[in-house]
Amino acid sequence: MTDLHQWVRDPPLFALALSLSLFGVAMIYSAGVLNVPSPIVQGAWVRQFVWLLISLVAFFVITRIESRWIEWAAIPIFVMAVIFLAATFAVGTGAGTAAGTRSWLQIGPMRFQPAELAKLAGILGLAKLLASRESPPGSLRDIVAPAALVAVPLGLVVLQPDLGTALAFVGILFAALFWAGTPLLVLCLLASPGVALILSFDTRVWSIYFLLLIAALYLVRYRVYLVESVVVILANLAAGTIAAPAWASLAQYQKNRLLVFLDPGMDPRGAGWNLIQSKVAIGSGGLFGKGFTEGTQKRFNFLPEQHTDFIFSVVGEELGFFGVMVAITLFAALLLRLVRLAERSADPFAGIVLFGIFGAWLVHIFVNVGMTIGIVPITGIPLPFVSYGGTFLLTCWVLVAVAARVAREE
Amino acid sequence: MKPINPNRRHEMARGASLMLLFLMAILALSFFRAQVIRGSSWSLQSDSNRLRVLSVPAPRGTVFDRFGRIVADNVPSYSVALFPASVDSIAASLVRLAPILNLSDERIEALLESFRMSRQRPLFVKMNAPFEEIVALEELRAEFPGIFLEMRPRRRYVGGEALGHVMGYVGEVSMAELESLEFAGYEQGMIVGKDGLERQYEDGLQGVNGVRFVEVDAVGRIVGSFEGQAASSALPGTDLHLNLDLELMHFIHRIFPTSMRGAVVALDVETGGVLALYSAPSFDPNDFVGGIDRAIWDALNTDPANPLFNRAVVGRYPPASTWKLASAAIALELGVVSPNERMPVPCTGSYRFQNVVRRCWNANGHGSLDMAGAIAHSCNVYFYQLGVRIGLERLVREGNRLGFTERCGVDLPRESAGEFPDGLDWWERRFGARPYENEVLSLVIGQGPNSQTPLKMAQFYLALARDGSAPAPRLSRPAEGEEPEIAWTLNLSPASLATLRDGLRQVTEVGGTAFYSTLEHWDLIGKTGTAQGGVEQESPHAWFTGMAGPWGGEPEIVIVVIVEEVGEGQGGSSVSAPIAAKAADFHLRRKYGMETTEIQTLREHLEAGVPAPWARWQPRGQIPEGG
Repeated sequence: MTDLHQWVRDPPLFALALSLSLFGVAMIYSAGVLNVPSPIVQGAWVRQFVWLLISLVAFFVITRIESRWIEWAAIPIFVMAVIFLAATFAVGTGAGTAAGTRSWLQIGPMRFQPAELAKLAGILGLAKLLASRESPPGSLRDIVAPAALVAVPLGLVVLQPDLGTALAFVGILFAALFWAGTPLLVLCLLASPGVALILSFDTRVWSIYFLLLIAALYLVRYRVYLVESVVVILANLAAGTIAAPAWASLAQYQKNRLLVFLDPGMDPRGAGWNLIQSKVAIGSGGLFGKGFTEGTQKRFNFLPEQHTDFIFSVVGEELGFFGVMVAITLFAALLLRLVRLAERSADPFAGIVLFGIFGAWLVHIFVNVGMTIGIVPITGIPLPFVSYGGTFLLTCWVLVAVAARVAREE
Repeated sequence: MKPINPNRRHEMARGASLMLLFLMAILALSFFRAQVIRGSSWSLQSDSNRLRVLSVPAPRGTVFDRFGRIVADNVPSYSVALFPASVDSIAASLVRLAPILNLSDERIEALLESFRMSRQRPLFVKMNAPFEEIVALEELRAEFPGIFLEMRPRRRYVGGEALGHVMGYVGEVSMAELESLEFAGYEQGMIVGKDGLERQYEDGLQGVNGVRFVEVDAVGRIVGSFEGQAASSALPGTDLHLNLDLELMHFIHRIFPTSMRGAVVALDVETGGVLALYSAPSFDPNDFVGGIDRAIWDALNTDPANPLFNRAVVGRYPPASTWKLASAAIALELGVVSPNERMPVPCTGSYRFQNVVRRCWNANGHGSLDMAGAIAHSCNVYFYQLGVRIGLERLVREGNRLGFTERCGVDLPRESAGEFPDGLDWWERRFGARPYENEVLSLVIGQGPNSQTPLKMAQFYLALARDGSAPAPRLSRPAEGEEPEIAWTLNLSPASLATLRDGLRQVTEVGGTAFYSTLEHWDLIGKTGTAQGGVEQESPHAWFTGMAGPWGGEPEIVIVVIVEEVGEGQGGSSVSAPIAAKAADFHLRRKYGMETTEIQTLREHLEAGVPAPWARWQPRGQIPEGG
């Protein structure tokens, strides 16, 4: 038992991550079983398996590193990630299902997405910054620095454009601030402009929200500085008014993805078609599914990006509600394990790192699974451990390793 | 930061766990609803069935004439399509369908090619399939998996051949069009405007196709419509209201001499709206709907009369004497002549300028003429002297200002611009030398480098019929209260305009070339012209450019007629003017609620032996003898 602890640091975390990874390889294999085979999708599971082996090696290497080294490396990693992200604009290439964006860097035979490295860098950088504070952030002014730190990679990722990863950064920021002890009220104020942005598509709804916000600020007037209230109101006002130009600046495919969330019939041959087919595949899976590799919607190539972003539709069709629940339970257990590890860590740096990882994965899982069933807009975000993608799997495992390492440094 | 207190950690961990479980529960419930309750209607009737998306074609907008009569509408028709499958299976289906649908090998090849371009879309094998073929297919349905029959609106041109050139026609969008930016968002199998108004107003007429979902079984047969996703219904195209008069078009089509080529343009003086725009010979756009028959297509393309050529807006002809009015208007505008002034050199049949001797068409000469008389007799010698006074540079400049090098901007595709020197360097570009001043002698009588569309000449005469302002002729009716946009204006006093019209009126008075085309109720005035000269031209083209309105009133219709190669001894007075007169009479009689008759012009009255007590046999003033 001690040996196992020695090797994998936290056996439950390792076991959950490994189960999900193997489940992913299996599902990628199934995604390649088509009536009209596609050579790329067919061999994907082998490549994913090789990447899993590479990831495990990385895991064992990183778990040997001392925790304080990881803490020390936070700033250099952050700087490097930002440089790589910026480099994608000059020398970036597209790849695979994301051929339209320039989010990949090619170094020799290796190709990787700096956005993945940036997630790790953002988590470590935030933890370092927040842990170095004397006391928990208590006001909006206290979270300007951490928000600015995340804004740099987030902004670069948005420009790529990669909305999915950008959402992950939002998750990281909020989760890290939460564990750093930021009052919920401050987090709500921080989130309010985002809410305003979403609600501004209907002026009446936005107006009501805005009045409620002012009323709420009045109620909490003794706990918030006047300047902060003014800033929050201005930010909400700005979010409400820039919504229209911001919307206009989105690429058509991004607009369509948001619009088909409201009405899949709007673009029934493009983004809406993906959603409709995904829902039909999942719905036809029933309680126990059509059986592993037997999904008919998948087999006839009706599912889009079935080995990457929409792999959960294959899970739904072939393994049914039963399989879906197993997968969701595994994910929930993984995330709960991170929470448990944070709870046990007295060290603020370790806790914030663990929560940063928690925030990133929670966004990935909820948005990816949610979009296949149509409760979240389609954002092109992969499912941790399960979606096909070498660097993505590697990043997930690096995060597992970091989590396991910092958690056990009591 | 100090280590966080364990109680606080416990509290925060519990909060985070609760939120996590809440989100996971949302996901679980969504899947429970979709997969177990199947309350969401996303499930298919059978798990091996698949969902297909089909277009619901939008009916094209209906086209109405100025009186609300339908010019083009839609009738239901059936088309045969195949669901996407592998290329081999599509090919096999096509081969088996060939005997039923009469598909040629070429057609099968073309269909396969278009399927390869868009493999995710249903392939339309045949549009407007005859009813017998549909019945035959329905009976054999089980043998043809993957086939579906669809009812679609089919274009019908009520105007038929009379409106071929104006309406244009529709056809299946071509591969080349699909790749162009203009047709972004179009799909294989869609019906688009190819020419004429159908092309010009494609955006509005097209409408927005709807979408419906059907469930198909494992071999591709439709087993029912899918309720999970509400079908979106098609939005019909926007209706188009024209200035055009459908009955006038039919009338012109009927009276235009068969076997002759030419064009007729009629404009409404008040708005510049196009009342009629006809090119002979014409074609029936109904032949094009649903794919034109190869034999008809070949016949249209090999016909030496070139029926697909729109002579009214694409054809260009030397304007000849009809352009003398432009010279006269320019001279009056510039003030180089006064309306009643007689030229110093009376016409003796020829005129010498800079060692060049130019002839008048009448070798006997016209004597001394004022402007109206010169127009009436089309006297070249008068106009030579006018040209010298204007000068080449100013004539070219003013000709450009009046748009003789441009398009009128009518709402039809492919309008030709006029051919006219765009400046003195035109000669340098073309001949490498500055022009001699005596070039003006040709230009001023409508000869030389000048050829214009019938529509352009109609626009010029429109300005004479109005106060000198010329709107761009429009086929479509502008919105209520919208004023026509003025393209250019002749800055002429009412007196000058009256002089020009006076000259035109003498043409239709006794002794004038178009006297026998005069009408009982309407004051028809105009200019005949004889366009000589093309190398391949066997005999001259005959022009009549004029206008008509109630006696003593303002002109209400401008009408231009050109008939190609009328033959020896024929001309504007004998061929073109009667067409113009009859069309104007037909239009004005209906406008004023009078009965239309077959015997309209003075010549028709005389030939039919019908008394014409209204004929004005007495000259209004002193008109010298002439032709």
